[in-house]
Amino acid sequence: MSTFASFKSLSRAMYLGFRRDKGALFFTIVFPLMFLVIFGGVFGNQTTSKAKVIQIGRVTVLDQARAHDGAELGKIMSITGGTDRAAALKKVREGDADAAVEQRGDSVVMHYSAADQVKSGTVRGYMESIVQTANIAVTGRPPTYRMVPEQVEDDSTKAIQFFTPSLLGWALASAGVFGASQTLVTWRTKGILRRLRLSPAPISAVFGARVVVSIGIALAQMALFLAIARLPVFGLKLQDSWWMAIPLVVSGVLAFLSIGMVIGAWAKTQEAAQTVTQLIVLPMAFLGGSFFPLDGAPGWLQALSYVFPLRYLNEGMLNVMMRGLGPSSALPQIGILLGISLAGAVVATRLFRWDAA
Amino acid sequence: MEKPNSTRGRVSPGLALRNFLIMAYTISVDGLRKRYGDVRAVDGVSFDVHQGEFFGILGPNGAGKTTTLEIIEGLREADEGTVTVLGLPPWPRNSTLLPRIGVQLQASSFFERLTAREQLQTFGSLYGVPAEKADAMLETVGLGEKADVQVEKLSGGQAQRLSIACALVHDPELVFLDEPTAALDPQARRNLWDLLREINTGGRTIVLTTHHMDEAEVLCDRVAIMDRGRILQLGPPAALVRGLDAPARISVASGLLAEEDARALPGADTVSDDGVSLTISTRDPSAVVAAMAAKDALAGVQIHGGTLEDVFLELTGREYRA
Repeated sequence: MSTFASFKSLSRAMYLGFRRDKGALFFTIVFPLMFLVIFGGVFGNQTTSKAKVIQIGRVTVLDQARAHDGAELGKIMSITGGTDRAAALKKVREGDADAAVEQRGDSVVMHYSAADQVKSGTVRGYMESIVQTANIAVTGRPPTYRMVPEQVEDDSTKAIQFFTPSLLGWALASAGVFGASQTLVTWRTKGILRRLRLSPAPISAVFGARVVVSIGIALAQMALFLAIARLPVFGLKLQDSWWMAIPLVVSGVLAFLSIGMVIGAWAKTQEAAQTVTQLIVLPMAFLGGSFFPLDGAPGWLQALSYVFPLRYLNEGMLNVMMRGLGPSSALPQIGILLGISLAGAVVATRLFRWDAA
Repeated sequence: MEKPNSTRGRVSPGLALRNFLIMAYTISVDGLRKRYGDVRAVDGVSFDVHQGEFFGILGPNGAGKTTTLEIIEGLREADEGTVTVLGLPPWPRNSTLLPRIGVQLQASSFFERLTAREQLQTFGSLYGVPAEKADAMLETVGLGEKADVQVEKLSGGQAQRLSIACALVHDPELVFLDEPTAALDPQARRNLWDLLREINTGGRTIVLTTHHMDEAEVLCDRVAIMDRGRILQLGPPAALVRGLDAPARISVASGLLAEEDARALPGADTVSDDGVSLTISTRDPSAVVAAMAAKDALAGVQIHGGTLEDVFLELTGREYRA
């Protein structure tokens, strides 16, 4: 009759119940991962496609540029050769190529379409710079000024870097709140709580089991998220203190469980619990910054976002996993999440009922 | 709960005897009252249950059976009155008492998506019962073949058996069964009765609530008939029926005997014919049957004595509504 034996068997019962619940498995594990794959895929490779340029016949400057610095040029332009001028112009007209370039004496003529002005403008810029470089080279003197382009974003702003922790936060929130509220309502309406009350198992074993199973599921979710995001397709890069996300996840799960316990203690039916859970989790996911970064959001929205525990979890995880902040940077968020857990637990205890009646 | 106006606080020879008896009884209930708002769910109930007894609480829905049971089990606190179970007060939650009692709840309170075996092992482990013993219990209730079936896929009768197994898995001295045969078909009910009788052999005390009169008659050593929060009568079913002096009903197929002829039979009180069968109500069934035999009118005869249903009708003046 030891507390631990009760705790162990209840944990097992809860885990098996979860694992065999296809709906729960889908919504807590697969569904968020689908979002990760879609968001990571859609926003992940937002590099502009290369300019397609057709070279008609011989174009001296272009040949020189390719010979001199072909690899660098290849990153921004794909140049195909062609002798048929009419066919090349037709391709440009139809949008299959961005520009066609030919040489007339000392002039480099670039044919472009007005249909895509951004693209043609880009190609024009490239071509002008190639011509200028050639002109300077002809003088035989080294250039006085150099332009060194540097992108302000480094790898860490790639979409996957944002979406991995944020969507994980959402997944944890919905699994935690749903798990706790559904367990509590179902167990009460089905009379399992009464049955447990009539057994010598301590109540702490009952709740301890729920908490431990939820934390286990959360860590599995985290592992899956990281494993998928680190696939070469998505290319997630973790910063040194990423492991600090583990205590963050644990305290986040506690906060979500306590919210779920409050809902579960209050709600009379499963339907009511489900509705209220959705009403809390979805706005929390949006306003807590799981679906889009809040950095650019208006001030009032940012202020509002701090109402939701998910905001602290997301921010904490972004800081340690992506922004490269130190381990101690997560402590305030952990503290706040634990505070929310405690407050929720107090409220849930006061609302708690053993019986459906 | 001790109340200030209770005489129980003082030490007297009578009290000492009473306390001794309480220890001897498996359950002792005295002056139990429970009110929900204006409704007196339990309104002054007293009874004792002996060790090894099969005790029934019988009554229509809303009679107060379940509330009475819940107070005895320790799920609810009584407004007034005292309860001792195995010599201990069940309220507040008493974890030395709990392992000694087994409770089968009205609803099938199972963990979701577990198999019958896992279900029973889980409940067993709450009492420190090893898995092998839980598996053996599954055989006892005849669910050995269903061990790996998830509870959601069990039939009504199988689910009831499993919930009884969950109540018995830790081998309790006292078992509470709350409407164990509710919503079962007649065949499954009869099968379950056999199981319940088996459980009772070997000195285990069983308290059963039911709203089926026939069930109480067949199973229980003693029955408390409850209605509107009170016990109307308490005793062995046979004694209750005998004390009733209820008429027997003799019925044969319609057309064997004309109604007028039946009325003329010696001992016949009332006669009715619904077109299917002719029923004679009598307090002297042997005389009526003998006379019918003389008329060769006994084909398909059925004789019904008084039932607890009649007792209920007599006590309350209204039809028994299950």
